[in-house]
Amino acid sequence: MSRTLAEKVWEAHVVRHGSGAEPDLLYIDLHLLHEVTSPQAFDGLRLANRKLRRADLTIATEDHNVPTVDIDKPIADLVSRTQVETLRRNCAEFGVRLHPMGDFEQGIVHVVGPQLGLTQPGMTVVCGDSHTSTHGAFGALAFGIGTSEVEHVMATQTLPLRPFKTMAINVNGALGEGVTAKDIILAVIAKIGTGGGQGYVLEYRGDAIEALSMEARMTVCNMSIEAGARAGMIAPDDTTFDYIEGRPHAPSGADWDAAVEYWKTLRTDDDATFDAEVHIDATELTPFVTWGTNPGQGLPLSANIPDPEKIADENERVAAEKALTYMGLEAGTPLRDIRVDTVFLGSCTNGRIEDLRAAADVIKGKHVASGVRMLVVPGSMRVRKQAEDEGLDKVFLDAGAEWRQAGCSMCLGMNPDQLAPGERSASTSNRNFEGRQGKGGRTHLVSPLVAAATAVRGTLSAPADLEN
Amino acid sequence: MDAFTTHTGVGVPLRRSNVDTDQIIPAVYLKRVTRTGFEDGLFAAWRGDEHFILNQEPFKAGSVLVAGPDFGTGSSREHAVWALMDYGFRVVVSSRFADIFRGNSGKQGLVAAQCSQSDVELLWKVLESEPGTPVTVDLTDKTVRAKDLVAPFEIDDYTRWRLLEGLDDIALTLRHEPEISAFEGNRQTWLPTTDPLPAV
Repeated sequence: MSRTLAEKVWEAHVVRHGSGAEPDLLYIDLHLLHEVTSPQAFDGLRLANRKLRRADLTIATEDHNVPTVDIDKPIADLVSRTQVETLRRNCAEFGVRLHPMGDFEQGIVHVVGPQLGLTQPGMTVVCGDSHTSTHGAFGALAFGIGTSEVEHVMATQTLPLRPFKTMAINVNGALGEGVTAKDIILAVIAKIGTGGGQGYVLEYRGDAIEALSMEARMTVCNMSIEAGARAGMIAPDDTTFDYIEGRPHAPSGADWDAAVEYWKTLRTDDDATFDAEVHIDATELTPFVTWGTNPGQGLPLSANIPDPEKIADENERVAAEKALTYMGLEAGTPLRDIRVDTVFLGSCTNGRIEDLRAAADVIKGKHVASGVRMLVVPGSMRVRKQAEDEGLDKVFLDAGAEWRQAGCSMCLGMNPDQLAPGERSASTSNRNFEGRQGKGGRTHLVSPLVAAATAVRGTLSAPADLEN
Repeated sequence: MDAFTTHTGVGVPLRRSNVDTDQIIPAVYLKRVTRTGFEDGLFAAWRGDEHFILNQEPFKAGSVLVAGPDFGTGSSREHAVWALMDYGFRVVVSSRFADIFRGNSGKQGLVAAQCSQSDVELLWKVLESEPGTPVTVDLTDKTVRAKDLVAPFEIDDYTRWRLLEGLDDIALTLRHEPEISAFEGNRQTWLPTTDPLPAV
């Protein structure tokens, strides 16, 4: 029977099929942990006197709470410090490998897994974090779970799940100059909505996707959850294999050959059918930014703020009105006229080496506009080191940006990097929810290229605007 | 987990769509390492506004939240469910739930009752015209009732069964331990482990 990529990976992990309403029991190949969603799960194990079944398929890092300056000092926020110290105690007690602050392999959990070569095609990967969908870029079935499920995986290395439906996101044609993976995914979310992917695994397909690097594919899959889909996948190909080969945990020798042979079977069969299909013409895409308070409220940078009164659907109209009030914006304003206070380059969406290179290219020899602060936060210490080896830190520092240590940073208001009430950011992160970057903060989601150009001009801008 | 059959309590109309988990509980409240005491973080940003529905009598004592579509989107934080339950909510009614939120609810015994949007609108009207109207949520016949309104809701059969019985997922899975071990015996040997690598 012909099957989609997602169905193949699912079937390869079924420990037992459920009967009737009972879900399938799915084996989990890799469990990623961080300090925020794990403490109550470890506690649950202790209370029930259960063991961690497979410490050797589990790895932890510190990312959400960590400061990105003065990391050699204890975390000043006592509650954050307690959470990080709790992770350290739990990992020591249960024998879990942990990369703590300051370690060369520390970083955002979704940057760390792939760069270590732990994320491989055809695997099942989970983490108590919704952006686990990132790992789907390798053809893995990867999704975020809640803390009860974290505990369940710890105790059993499995999860009871009902199969997802499948949706093909076909993106064809060549991307224009200055148009990136971030613009693709923002356009997808604007098209299908924040609930459009609910219950589905998205498979990104088409020549525009095949042409993307692994970093760019991770950006696309990362934001699948913002369309409501727990997972997004891309079939592995030579780009994938080239990225994995030689990484610390990649197979080698005969194992490599056997793995690649299997990975090459991980493609949707030609005659397989999806439960839903969406088509995007990549040639029509332009730099995309959000104007509202959910990631579906986005438009091309060349557009104006929409007028809620012209939105027919009542729920969407009310949502747009509330969003504009919160964002302090007026209908009809050109997006290019929106002035920002802060530019954030980083996160599990756009904190990889290629993102830093792209932004550095734009900002090189220029300067951040007066009154604007720009934070550049590598997704991991390895990315930071690589960027420094390439001299990117100097480019950003010379432009007047801040060069930080690795972490989730300003993607979410959990560590010292936050917006003040009323402050406005152009951010390469993934969520523009109310208060996401700090209470009262206002977020516009953008690509690294738009972030860099915006930092220079002080208003939402594309690199092409710098030439005028 | 406590078993759930029916619940009757004050219904709270929340006329908002896309209530994401950052609104339900902002990240700053996620720093705790305990499993209780999250009620202060519930809708923290909105509760600063005296006009917010949970600051009004009799909605303060609400236990059935009736919200717009796409409730619980965004972050996977189970703290959102804990915050709702710690505050006193037992049921959330919406026409569409985010997948992870729905799953988390089922694990904790919070009923995520999916009604049609037209029934949600009717519930809003009842609850707004007569504040304090008790709402009864019956998991056995899958209905939400308020005054004369009887709205059917959907919930998947397995979650419903677990909620009705109050069963622990992990204990259920561990009954299949031999099958898990058998599966592990057949995994590809080249699959990665997280065991530390020897220093090069």
